[in-house]
Amino acid sequence: MGDVMVLNDIEATAARIGIDLSQLDLDSIRLPPGEDFGIISDDEDIYQEENSELDSGFGNIIVVDNLPVVPKEKYEKLENVIRKIYSQIGLIKDDGFWMPLDPETQKTLGYCFIEYNTPQEAELAKEKTHGYKLDRSHIFAVSMFDDFDRFMKVPDQWAPPESNPYKPGENLQQWLTDEKARDQLVIRAGSDTEVLWNDARHLKPEPVYKRAFWTESFVQWSPLGTYLATIHRQGAAVWGGASTFNRLMRYAHPQVRLIDFSPGEKYLVTYSSHEPSNPRDANRVVINIFDVRTGKVMRDFKGTPDDFAIGGTGGVAGVSWPVFKWAGGKDDKYFARMGKNVISVYETETFSLVDKKSMKVENVMDFSWSPTDPILALFVPELGGGNQPARVSLVQIPNKEELRQKNLFSVSDCKMYWQSNGEYLAVKVDRYTKTKKSTYTGFELFRIKERDIPIEVLELENKNDKIIAFAWEPKGHRFAVIHCDNTSSNNNPRPDVSFYSMRSGHNTGRVSKLTTLKGKQANALFWSPSGRFIILAGLKGFNGQLEFYNVDELETMATAEHFMATDIEWDPTGRYVATAVTSVHEMENGFNIWSFNGKLLYRILKDHFFQFLWRPRPPSFLTPEKEEEIAKNLKKYSKKYEAEDQDVSMFLSEQDREKRRMLKEEWEKWVAEWKRLHEEDKLERQKLREGEASDEEEEYEAKDIEVEETLDVSEEVVSFED
Amino acid sequence: MRPILMKGHERPLTFLKYNRDGDLLFSCAKDHNPTVWFADNGERLGTYRGHNGAVWCCDVSRDSARLITGSADQTAKLWNVQTGQQLFTFNFDSPARAVDLSVGDRLAVITTDPFMELSSAIHVKRIANDPADQVGESALILKGPQGRINRAVWGPLNRTIISAGEDAVIRIWDSETGKLLKENDKEVGHKKTITSLAKSVDGSHFLTGSLDKSAKLWDIRTLTLIKTYVTERPVNAVAMSPLLDHVVLGGGQDASAVTTTDHRAGKFEAKFYDKVLQEEIGGVKGHFGPINALAFNPDGKSFSSGGEDGYVRLHHFDSDYFNIKI
Repeated sequence: MGDVMVLNDIEATAARIGIDLSQLDLDSIRLPPGEDFGIISDDEDIYQEENSELDSGFGNIIVVDNLPVVPKEKYEKLENVIRKIYSQIGLIKDDGFWMPLDPETQKTLGYCFIEYNTPQEAELAKEKTHGYKLDRSHIFAVSMFDDFDRFMKVPDQWAPPESNPYKPGENLQQWLTDEKARDQLVIRAGSDTEVLWNDARHLKPEPVYKRAFWTESFVQWSPLGTYLATIHRQGAAVWGGASTFNRLMRYAHPQVRLIDFSPGEKYLVTYSSHEPSNPRDANRVVINIFDVRTGKVMRDFKGTPDDFAIGGTGGVAGVSWPVFKWAGGKDDKYFARMGKNVISVYETETFSLVDKKSMKVENVMDFSWSPTDPILALFVPELGGGNQPARVSLVQIPNKEELRQKNLFSVSDCKMYWQSNGEYLAVKVDRYTKTKKSTYTGFELFRIKERDIPIEVLELENKNDKIIAFAWEPKGHRFAVIHCDNTSSNNNPRPDVSFYSMRSGHNTGRVSKLTTLKGKQANALFWSPSGRFIILAGLKGFNGQLEFYNVDELETMATAEHFMATDIEWDPTGRYVATAVTSVHEMENGFNIWSFNGKLLYRILKDHFFQFLWRPRPPSFLTPEKEEEIAKNLKKYSKKYEAEDQDVSMFLSEQDREKRRMLKEEWEKWVAEWKRLHEEDKLERQKLREGEASDEEEEYEAKDIEVEETLDVSEEVVSFED
Repeated sequence: MRPILMKGHERPLTFLKYNRDGDLLFSCAKDHNPTVWFADNGERLGTYRGHNGAVWCCDVSRDSARLITGSADQTAKLWNVQTGQQLFTFNFDSPARAVDLSVGDRLAVITTDPFMELSSAIHVKRIANDPADQVGESALILKGPQGRINRAVWGPLNRTIISAGEDAVIRIWDSETGKLLKENDKEVGHKKTITSLAKSVDGSHFLTGSLDKSAKLWDIRTLTLIKTYVTERPVNAVAMSPLLDHVVLGGGQDASAVTTTDHRAGKFEAKFYDKVLQEEIGGVKGHFGPINALAFNPDGKSFSSGGEDGYVRLHHFDSDYFNIKI
């Protein structure tokens, strides 16, 4: 009902101000940031809770006690004395002074009330004059009026605090126990945010939870998939639950812009940047680190963007996000940030610097953590015009011991890529050629887990090749590179893709090339999270070309296209792939779901499509032994699922047939009705056509008429030569 | 199915119409000359010269003797199909948009656009047997709909007029009294401008296409929604096969919003749908601009499409087409 009323109102208003609603694309309207048109979002109560303590409105009143008790005649004199003291501190309101009289004795009671214009002035007055000695026997006791209320409420008798009985929380990982072992995903389109099951068997998504205006900018899963974070003006919130999505915790941080979870999802880092009141000042940056479960602020950082700028590339307004990088592993033990000539490493036990000081690293340009171990990789560029070589070093935390270091010469840039198990680190090094006019690329490959961390140098066969993309196989020993020679035959539109292995059968300690695929329409690599399969994707200029490649067999499984695709994401199990066209394009918005081998399962179109995110899964809870056992008896397990698959597909085709039959029947009914009516009108129609009887439009016949024409007749004598 | 490319217009096509016998194809475009072609081989027979503005719509009489055209030059003209001679000019105060001849060809419905202070209107004209007796007065003028009325057609036995246009509402009017009889259910109706409307052969149902990226099938008597066909692009033109249960939708991204990267982005395809199951069967590519006009040959064995690119493409179906099973 409410909706209907509102719509009527809208129509009336539109008519009044002369807007043609039918001309208006309501979907295209976006609220300006910070505007809610009086429609209060559920999260507004964050605000109210915060402010409720100040709301009594007496925050600017103080009570001054221990004044001299004077008769009525001396009232004025005392008032003047007190006013003189207190007006030095702030402006007393016009009738902001009240000293009550005892109605019986007509003497003052020894206390008075003073009301200032602002609570700040009142605070200051209390601070400054509490304990003020008017004379020896009158030492002021000043309190805030609000405090009185609070102190009065304290019960005289001490009672033991009530302890809340323990309430078991919901199982936040319920979604992992789905009978059909499906994965969840969240999409954001228009104003709606929706969580869906990817029901690949039924070739459609199944809704879980949907909410309009769930977030004000974006949503984000926590790294293990337990929480879904939403962003609001007042702060961030996380949602989760067994069957639906309830708000689990809120993190107040006005105008929060970016968030980042620690890898073990124990902590949440939030970021905001505020316009300064004085335009000459730099923006003020606030970063808070919350404990996800308790909602407590563990540490906050404030400063100018310069304090947090890292390397200066990417990110929002000069800040590259995440500012704080978390060390790998589930313990969330260390996090670090880079400053000018220094790396600051913090630990989460006390939220202070490790060893109480930052690491000095002159001119450090970039750093990254190993995804599994507390090891930092640092890159320092060349200094002093090449006198001091560039350097990549690995540093162990917390003892800050340098594990390995490699000096590099004539370097223009370095990029570091960790393999997901932290076993390998690839450093892509761009070096200047001798003329310094151009650069060429090589790789330094670190074997982290081996003794002394051996380093290998890999150079591409064609030195002029530029690297377009690089990706490690997750949990594997292989990596893929897209490279392209664009110096000789300028704008070669089809780059090559090469695969390398860090350990091949007979040569475990050496990197070796597996294969090179020539002339692929690809500029991005997406490995399956379980390895083995990779998608060579041509996004942007290639309009969404997809090639599904099996690296074990070195063969292409399928090629496909999702026209204009902007995003590609594997589901956490590596069974399905989603490709999406987000609202950077005006058209085609929506997503496709593919099987791992490149079969298009279904596609969903949504206008104003903003986000697609699979819900991450935590690492398997099974022991390695158990996993091995399952792998061994896979046949036994898969039988059950195959049977289920068959049932479902039978059911589906049955359902489909039924639906078609219904549609056909319904249509026949219409056609019969129309035939009848058409027949009824026949005579009248003939009359309209002035007696022309040919009503049977359908029954005209096509005749084949053969026309023979004699063009020329000539006689010829054919002689028999016998 | 190799299409015949018919290049004769210099501006975007606006409308296509086959005569009843299916041997002639009439095309209207934003250049000022409606053109007639052999529907079989796409040979141009001639043009009808006299309009001084974009020609939006045309209709041809049952006996293929008369052609009526509506133009942005604020006139609708009657022509002799065979000689190309102008027989009569109906003058209006605003551009004429849609024209449709009644059963028996005694009446014509002509819609005019809103212009200056004038609102849009639907005019009913009597068509005289002998052009010498032809008069310009309207038998009836209907007003009410907001914005342009993109199509108006006759209902069964000329008793009603069906109109649709920019206000996205389909209306049925009494053609005698001018009373508004029905409007379509807003809940299920189109959400944006209705661009086109095509009647079935027997006039029992009709198909509308809209910029809301859908086409809908309606009962012409009750205005009941029967089917909805959803596509990815604004629909500019619709047609129904007289032979099979197929509908064709044409359109594409608006010319002003087309990306410059790839012609596929615009989806300038004629899309075939199963009329009953509402499922897509296939598409015919070729135009490099949005499709503005579609028409089926009355024998159902060929169809033509007219595009923003100024081409008419004439397609004769392969034999496979008639055996499509889904």
